[in-house]
Formats: sequence, structure tokens, C-alpha cells
Amino acid sequence: MSEEKNRVLTISILRFDPHDPDDFPHMESFEIEEAPGMTLFVALNEIREHHDNSLKFDFVCRAGICGSCSMLVNGRPTLACRTLTKKLDPHITLAPLPLFELIGDLSIYTGKWMRGLNERLETWIHDKESELNVDALEERMEPALADEIYELDRCVECGCCVAGCGTIQMRPNFTGAVGLNKVARYHLDPRDKRSDAEYYEMIGNEDGVFGCMTLLGCEDVCPKDLPLQSKIAYLRRMMVKTALKD
Amino acid sequence: MRKKKIDKMPARLDFLQSTTGLILAVFIMGHLLFEASILVSDEMMYRVTLMFEGYYFFGERYPGIVSFLAAAIGTIFVLHAGLAVRKFPASYREYKTITEHTKRMKHEDSSLWMIQVITGFMMFFIGSVHLYIMFSQPENIGPFASSYRVVDELMGPLYFMLLISVVSHAFIGLYRLAMKWGFMEGEDTKKSRTMFKFLMKSMIALYIIVGLSSLARYTYIGMHHDLSDGKRYESKTVQAGEH
Repeated sequence: MSEEKNRVLTISILRFDPHDPDDFPHMESFEIEEAPGMTLFVALNEIREHHDNSLKFDFVCRAGICGSCSMLVNGRPTLACRTLTKKLDPHITLAPLPLFELIGDLSIYTGKWMRGLNERLETWIHDKESELNVDALEERMEPALADEIYELDRCVECGCCVAGCGTIQMRPNFTGAVGLNKVARYHLDPRDKRSDAEYYEMIGNEDGVFGCMTLLGCEDVCPKDLPLQSKIAYLRRMMVKTALKD
Repeated sequence: MRKKKIDKMPARLDFLQSTTGLILAVFIMGHLLFEASILVSDEMMYRVTLMFEGYYFFGERYPGIVSFLAAAIGTIFVLHAGLAVRKFPASYREYKTITEHTKRMKHEDSSLWMIQVITGFMMFFIGSVHLYIMFSQPENIGPFASSYRVVDELMGPLYFMLLISVVSHAFIGLYRLAMKWGFMEGEDTKKSRTMFKFLMKSMIALYIIVGLSSLARYTYIGMHHDLSDGKRYESKTVQAGEH
């Protein structure tokens, strides 16, 4: 059996600890030997174990479910745990996602940003509580619609669409694909009783769906392959319809 | 519950930006083809000119119709520019952010938008010059008159820049419109997007080839005839007369 020699990977990481007043952003490179089936998540652990135990990065599930390990890989946002090193050149550049609060090195605080977004867009079912009868059976829903809603619910709030969006980089007040996707999800849901006018109030402006410049970065980097392009187009049509109707 | 009063303006502006862009893109597709009639023959181009001057409808030439068309297109052009400029980077910081982002991402659709900004900005100026000349001198269109403008009046280089920018801007714009509104996206948006993108690139290539060929033809005519004394093309079949 012929033994193939493993590649040596050079991983350059943008390092910075914002809590250390003496630190400044700088690149640091590490050389590691590639292993079969290696993901960036494995490579990062290798670095932390054998090269530098102060390296900060996030992970939880290691399987593309939790959305914690999002980072810029060669300039593009993606999940480290789902990126196989064999698909990349031996020189890999890693940086934290822009826009989010930096904890240190590759670790970012997406949770805080996402919480703010969810509170602003009130991403939960709005029902008239006074009329709600908890004993009654829930209204039935067509399976196709349930599937469509479920599809949009697969968002893991990893922040890749935010980092991949040129518009939100330029204008941080823009809602971004993660928010618009959630709005589309509740707009589709018949259990949500918010009126068209209320939805318009929320995203019918230039910080909302009309701020989207269709750069389609979100669509192309979403690790969950959510139909962002299609759902933003849907919201744009709905909001124009609302405005033209009344 | 009190009925909420919504501000419809953002929706209107967005819709209007798309509609004015659509009208202009469709107009350009026709414009460049009519202009390419010179590739068929001088006579053909002359007849197209007569058609737009209303000769075949009224039996007489009214260049004022061309002025009117130029003014109408000019109005839509200004409206579209005003609506689209809202999306331009408004400061050096914004400009730097978007260019660095686009460079880092190596992402085609983000780069396409940058092309829209650059070509749109170019057309504020060169498009305005062209539209004003068409408005103010509608009678100076024809196989010889247009060639005179291209060569002796040195409009050639301006038309070259205008052609490249307007063709790219129009077809990238049409592609982006389809993406923006979900036009014919079908079940598989990846598939329809690939198809639209292919169509966009083919049309850009086609229209640039056709446009450059026409421009070359006008240049050739201008260089091989002495048109300095206001000489006009004389048709052997149609006697429509001078203005």
C-alpha cells in the first residue's frame, strides 16, 4: 500500500484581544499536518492543543447545527466545523466575522446581536390573547405550508448572512437576511395575527426590505441553504402590495 | 383597533426605481438595434430615421417627435438616477467598507452591484450629453448626419464609453430585477438564477458586439465622406426631402 504524504497546512489567523489594552490586531500563522477528513474545527483544536492554548474560537455541536463556529475562511463567512481542509489551498486565512462584538481572536458574540434583532422584530407568534382559547384545537395547516415554515425555521443564527452582506456592512441599521427570513416565516404563519400594515411598519422601509440591494451574499454563504433570495423577494412583493392596496 | 397609517413612500420609491430601470433597459434594447440598421445598409438606417420622424404615418418628417422622445426618456433617466443614487455609498467610510467587502468576498453578485454603481455614475454625465444633443438637434440623425457627429464632432469616444456602460448597466440591471422581485424564479431558484445570469452575459456580449460594429460603421462613413458642408444622405427610392 502506497502511503501518501499528508499536506502541511499553514493557517493564518487574525488575532486580537480587545480586552488587553496592549494588544493590537495582527496575523499569526501556524503549521499543522493535515489528517484525512480534517475539518477546520479539528485543525483549530490541533493548534490550540499543540501550538497556542490561548487561541480563542467558538464551537459547540461540531456538526453544523448550533451555528457557533462561524468565521471568515479566506474572506468568506462559513461554519468551521463544516469546512473540510482538503477542499482548501494549503494556505488558509481565518478571521472573525465582522460587525459582531469581538470576544477575542475568532470568538464573537453573535448572541447579543441576534437577541436585539429578535426583540426588535418580535419573532414570536402574535395572537389576540384575550380571544385565545387554550382548550380549543389548534387550527389545521396545509402540510406544504407547514414544510415551508419549517424550512425557514432551520436558521441557526450563525451570522454568516450578516457577514456576507455588503449592505449591512455599509449600513449597520439594515435588518439583514437573518431578520427578513424570520419576518417571512411569521408572515407565512396563519397563527400570527399581525396585520399587513403592522408588518409594513416593521420592514417597509429602507432599514428593512427596501434597503436590500440584492447583492445575494446571504443566499450564497448561508450554511443551511435557506431560500433567502426567494424570501426577500417575497417580502418585497408583499410590502409593495400592502402599500399599493391601502 | 385604530387603523395604522403607514408611510407608503419607501415602497413607492423602490417600485419606481425598478420600473424606471425596466423601461430604460427595454428602451436601450430597441435603441441599439434600430441604430444597428446601418449595418444592413445606409438606406435601411435612413428609413428607420424616417419612421421615427413620423414620415410613414404623416407623409411628412417631424424631427420634433425625436425631441419629444428624448425628453421623455431624459425625464425617466433623471428620475431613475435620482432614485438609484440613494443606494450609492454616501461617504468615504461606506465606500471603503463596500469595496473591501467585495474584494474579500470574491463574490460575483456583489461585484455586479459595484459595476452598476460605476456605470451608473458614468452615465450621469455621458448619458446626459447624449440625451441633450438628441433633444436639441433631432434633425441631425441619418446615415451621414450621425456619421458626421461621430467623426467630425468627436462624439465617437463618448459613444464608445456610453455603449459599454449602458449595455452592462441595462442587462445587469435586468438580471438584478429578476432576482429582486422573484420574477420567474420557479421551484429551483439556483437553476433560474444560473439561467438568468447566462442570459445576462450573452446579451451583454451580443449588444456590445452589435453596438461596436455600428459605431465602427458610422466612423467608417464619417471618415470616407467629406460631410463638413452639411451633406445629407440622398435616398434613391424615398423622396422625403430636407427639413
